[in-house]
Amino acid sequence: MIWVLALTVWVTVSAGVVLALSKDVFRCVLGLGVLGSAVNLVLFAAGRLGSAAPAVVPLGETTLRDAANPLPQALVLTAIVIGFALVCFSLALVLRLIQRADTDDALALRAAEPLPDHPVKPPYAGERHDPAWPPVSATGGPR
Amino acid sequence: MSALAVTPVLVPLVTVVATTLAQKRPGAQQALSYAGIVGFLACAIALVGLAHQDEAARVAFGGWGVPFGIEFAVDRTSAALVLITALMGAAALLFLASDADTQPRHPLLLPLLHGVLVGVGGSFATADLFNLYVWFEVMLICAVGLFAIGGRVDQLDATFKYFVLNMFGTLLLLVAVGMVYATTGHLNYGAIAQAAPQLSAWVQTLVLSGLLLAFLIKAGAFPLFAWLPASYHTLPAPVLALFAGLLTKVGVYAVLRSMGDLFATAPGLLFEALGWVAAATMLFGVLGAAYHWDMRRILAFHIVSQIGYILLGIALASEAGNAATLFYTLHHIVVKANLFLIAAMVWRLTGSYDLRRIGGLYKVRPALAVLFLVPALSLVGIPPLSGFWSKLLVLQEAIAQGHVTWTVVALLVSVLTLYSMMKIWMEAFWKPHPDDGWQCPAATRLWPAWLATLGLAAVTLAISFYPQALLDYSLAAAQTLGAR
Repeated sequence: MIWVLALTVWVTVSAGVVLALSKDVFRCVLGLGVLGSAVNLVLFAAGRLGSAAPAVVPLGETTLRDAANPLPQALVLTAIVIGFALVCFSLALVLRLIQRADTDDALALRAAEPLPDHPVKPPYAGERHDPAWPPVSATGGPR
Repeated sequence: MSALAVTPVLVPLVTVVATTLAQKRPGAQQALSYAGIVGFLACAIALVGLAHQDEAARVAFGGWGVPFGIEFAVDRTSAALVLITALMGAAALLFLASDADTQPRHPLLLPLLHGVLVGVGGSFATADLFNLYVWFEVMLICAVGLFAIGGRVDQLDATFKYFVLNMFGTLLLLVAVGMVYATTGHLNYGAIAQAAPQLSAWVQTLVLSGLLLAFLIKAGAFPLFAWLPASYHTLPAPVLALFAGLLTKVGVYAVLRSMGDLFATAPGLLFEALGWVAAATMLFGVLGAAYHWDMRRILAFHIVSQIGYILLGIALASEAGNAATLFYTLHHIVVKANLFLIAAMVWRLTGSYDLRRIGGLYKVRPALAVLFLVPALSLVGIPPLSGFWSKLLVLQEAIAQGHVTWTVVALLVSVLTLYSMMKIWMEAFWKPHPDDGWQCPAATRLWPAWLATLGLAAVTLAISFYPQALLDYSLAAAQTLGAR
């Protein structure tokens, strides 16, 4: 059983890495989501595979015997919830980014770090990437 | 007083909920946010008081005994860091009341800021490895929210890069946490520290290097720091100062906790490797800073460079080294945040962050020029400022252990740090403004900014002239960690 799980983790990690290394920003975040699933499988295996019996103490007894380890299940559940929220956020982010930047090529995304046009001098980002100066007051007019 | 251990999470969390509910009414939201940070400060001071009397505040949740329940334990190290977190939160919120690069004001800005404090406070307070991962995720989601709410294309670009690399880091952390559980059978810090020495050397090396890789991405260490200078400069100033002060330092704290406490008996090879990583981090960070002319980007590269010094203290694997690390971290958080805030005041007065387009501030605002020198020279390590004491502590221990190369690199990097701080001072304050018709704007609302930066400078000066109090505290804190 552990070998089947290991093989699954291997395939999932490979798929996730291939996607995450893609130039396409959308594939990149999907790859991270797939990697997250692989990590959850690893976390699950960390508690050892064995019995599949539910971790419930039988009536009249005080100890748990021959049951699956419940802790990794709790950990994986937490990780799934967090991972789901982050994947949702990243999809919304990437959609907006593609709309605004008009490209989905990660190599073309240079807005935050513009390429220098001089071999020695660092680039100047340009005023369009700086906060508006002078600051506008809450009522809309300049201070 | 075990309930106090929860306050680093509970107080900011309540503030998040309250400020979110009040987002339609900016005045009420502002007041709630101030009340929250004052409450956080009070709880943090109480925690330091408790920890100082060797009564670390502890609580285990859900009626489960240690080591099975999730435990919060605020010892000396954590308490000091929680206090500095609250202080930074207060400075950033105060600065938000000025008009120096604080726009646009999104209704979710304050809830997300407090959300970052929840994540940072939780990471410092928890004594459970999986719980630490959860707080890292809380920090990540609030941080990407703060990056994205501006909505400019460069901010979205920065959000994407920050998100992808940090997400990769947290996935690695999750695998490493799984491996720790698989080998030791525990997630509680105390239980791991007891179980770790029984593992074979190579298992310890493997498990700890997984944890370290994840934490070093978060700390922004060489060669994993690319996300930091790619994104930080797009943030509005108070948020930037908060991030610069706190986020990477949580990664450093996690490294300190795992190497100085949980796996203190790990093979020396890993500590040696961390030392070289630290030296490379110092050098490459400062070289990036020397190249750039945008103040925010210069200072962002200096965060990376200074992380190197802090990691060097951990790599020395001794009580003195760990104490130096804590001292350095506390000094550095204050200084770094202050530098970013002062840079924002310069922006308000001159209209640009790019040093090639500004100048002449010394003539019109000499007080600001002097104020800038306090954190700038402290960052370099000029005596008697706080940076001198922290560098002295780290390098003294490095020399005592015979690590000449690391010491030479550290001193060389100090010279380059001096160069880039003087570059900012000469270009922004001393040289005449490139535009002859430039006038210093008269109608500015800078008094909250002055108050915040002067307060942080006062903290720096207090550490500078009374280093003994903080040093004694750091040494006592290092003793309670499980150093070899």
